[in-house]
Amino acid sequence: MRIHEYQAKRLLKGFGVPVPRGEVASTAAEARAIAEDLAGPVILKAQIHAGGRGKAGGILKASTPAEAAAMAARLLGQPLVTAQTGPEGRVVRRLLVEEALTAVRELYVGVVLSREDERVVLLSSARGGVDIETLALMEPDLVLRQAISPAAGFRPFQARKAAFGLGLSGPAFDQAVRLFPDLIRAFETTDASLIEINPLVLGAAGTLVAADAKMDFDDNGLPRHADVRALFDPDEELPEELEAAKAGLSFVRLDGDVGCMVNGAGLAMATMDLIALAGGRPANFLDVGGGVSEEAVSKAFAILTSDPGVRAALVNIFGGIVRCDLVAQGIVRAAREHGVGIPVVTRMEGTNVELGRKILAESGLPLTTEPDMETAAREAVRLAREHGGGR
Amino acid sequence: MSILAGASTRVVVQGLTGREGTFHAQSMIAYGTAVRAGVTPGKGGTRHLGLPVFDTVAGAVRSEGVDASVIFVPALAAADAIMEAAEAGIGLIVCITEGIPALDMVRVKAFLRETPARLIGPNTPGIISPGQTKLGIMPGPIHKPGPVGVVSRSGTLTYEAVNQLTLLGLGQSSALGIGGDPIVGLSFVDVLTMFEKDPGTDAVVLIGEIGGSAEEEAAALIRGGFGKPVVGYIAGLTAPPGRRMGHAGAIMSAAHGSASRKIELLEGAGVRIVRNPAAIGQAVASVLSGRT
Repeated sequence: MRIHEYQAKRLLKGFGVPVPRGEVASTAAEARAIAEDLAGPVILKAQIHAGGRGKAGGILKASTPAEAAAMAARLLGQPLVTAQTGPEGRVVRRLLVEEALTAVRELYVGVVLSREDERVVLLSSARGGVDIETLALMEPDLVLRQAISPAAGFRPFQARKAAFGLGLSGPAFDQAVRLFPDLIRAFETTDASLIEINPLVLGAAGTLVAADAKMDFDDNGLPRHADVRALFDPDEELPEELEAAKAGLSFVRLDGDVGCMVNGAGLAMATMDLIALAGGRPANFLDVGGGVSEEAVSKAFAILTSDPGVRAALVNIFGGIVRCDLVAQGIVRAAREHGVGIPVVTRMEGTNVELGRKILAESGLPLTTEPDMETAAREAVRLAREHGGGR
Repeated sequence: MSILAGASTRVVVQGLTGREGTFHAQSMIAYGTAVRAGVTPGKGGTRHLGLPVFDTVAGAVRSEGVDASVIFVPALAAADAIMEAAEAGIGLIVCITEGIPALDMVRVKAFLRETPARLIGPNTPGIISPGQTKLGIMPGPIHKPGPVGVVSRSGTLTYEAVNQLTLLGLGQSSALGIGGDPIVGLSFVDVLTMFEKDPGTDAVVLIGEIGGSAEEEAAALIRGGFGKPVVGYIAGLTAPPGRRMGHAGAIMSAAHGSASRKIELLEGAGVRIVRNPAAIGQAVASVLSGRT
């Protein structure tokens, strides 16, 4: 789960991390009032779940409260298109209004869960303000990686090593060796999967401030953190993905025209790949999961066929625990309740497959049944083309 | 022959009395698995499905001599269940549970390094050695005994591959999922090494997916010399970066874990890569008959 910058800064501040003075505004009047309180030049930062805001004009500097209000009026309520949002952009609903910082140096500090190390890793680099993944690939020597022992925890020598590596001295050095353990504590306490302070700014006064903050959380940890769950912003999610999540389905919208509904994540990805192999483009990833109910299948099918860009649908089920008859009933129910305006190709194998096929055949619905998934994918792609696909 | 689990494996089910534990324990028993005990804290001394239930794994080990555990414990308690099993001296731990927080798994992996226990999963269908034993949730009847080892990060995609093999008359020595989570127990490298040593395995099917570097490490192992043919399929060529595709571990970044990179490395290591998941069985038939 992702959260906004202003939420990450509030959360990190609670763990002792220094952040700029500022507040979040959802109207131009609020932006003006915050700027007046800060009594000096301010930065307005669009709060959306996507990077690349600066280049896209989503981060602006205002020297007076009136200017802040005018800029806020222009940004709020409008979509912001960045390199990460896609062409439709994200609507800016809030702005973070902060004191403008003067940076002497821009540093990078990150905490990640490393799959390779199977540990939490502290990343630090004197080269802040750039994309760290690219930097780590191009010039790995510029990024210091320190894995944290699950038994011994983060050690003071590691903090010193990172602070020396950042080229800090004096009060900023002392501040940094306190900052790193605070970040790691924040990470571990909240089941985060990523914290990035990029840049960590060394100001003219010789102190460190987190000028930007990004936090992602491990979805599997959310059940034990009500406070983190409360930071979820439904406005940042696609409505159909939200609806799917509520029904316990795993759904990701893509931009093709052949929809698919599959049980199991691996088979769902394989089905998308098969659609592409047959010359089509998958419209989504949709895993109905292992312990699925007829109702969830019905919901999944409804979500799948509701996208106007979808020209044909492919249902690929390998029944194990999931019974094919139950899936068939779910499809029939959804088709009766919501109607099906597109051709549907089904392929079922495994538990109760004969019963499942019989239910579909006797439903009187316009469904094609294919014996294997390759033929089914080809047929779905052909039907999508026939029905005006190719968006 | 088989790896990790065979006819003599004596099994305890942690979470036996729960809904999932009950359902799958029945299915394992029906398959012929030597399920000997269950563990549910607080229900020790009772019986369930005709099996003795213990409060602790240590109790089940002491009284029933179990040497493997299958875990159906809820996500937030599962890491603890794995560590309890390892501490009790269980040699093979199969954790079916999906949704364990990754930081819990960091601690589990550190704990397991101090014990000889081997962990399959979490978020796995488990392991089956057809005709001998099944420690997991896969449908038994699609499998048959034979010379093909199957290892995967997925569930139903593994069933798909196994079904193709069985329909072609190619049985399996063992088939297992290493788990769909970012941090899991046994890796592809661990399992490939076991299949290489197993005299009952003539070829291996490796089914990977986007995210992480388990396939890259497998490619490095195979490149260094692997005595048996490997057929590979990697799911997720059409998956977008930065989005989680169902499995917690199936997420790639712009720089790491893409399917195309994994395919390139495995192919470079001599793995027979199939791009069509419906053609996995045929590819195995062809490498086994010497036609490549």
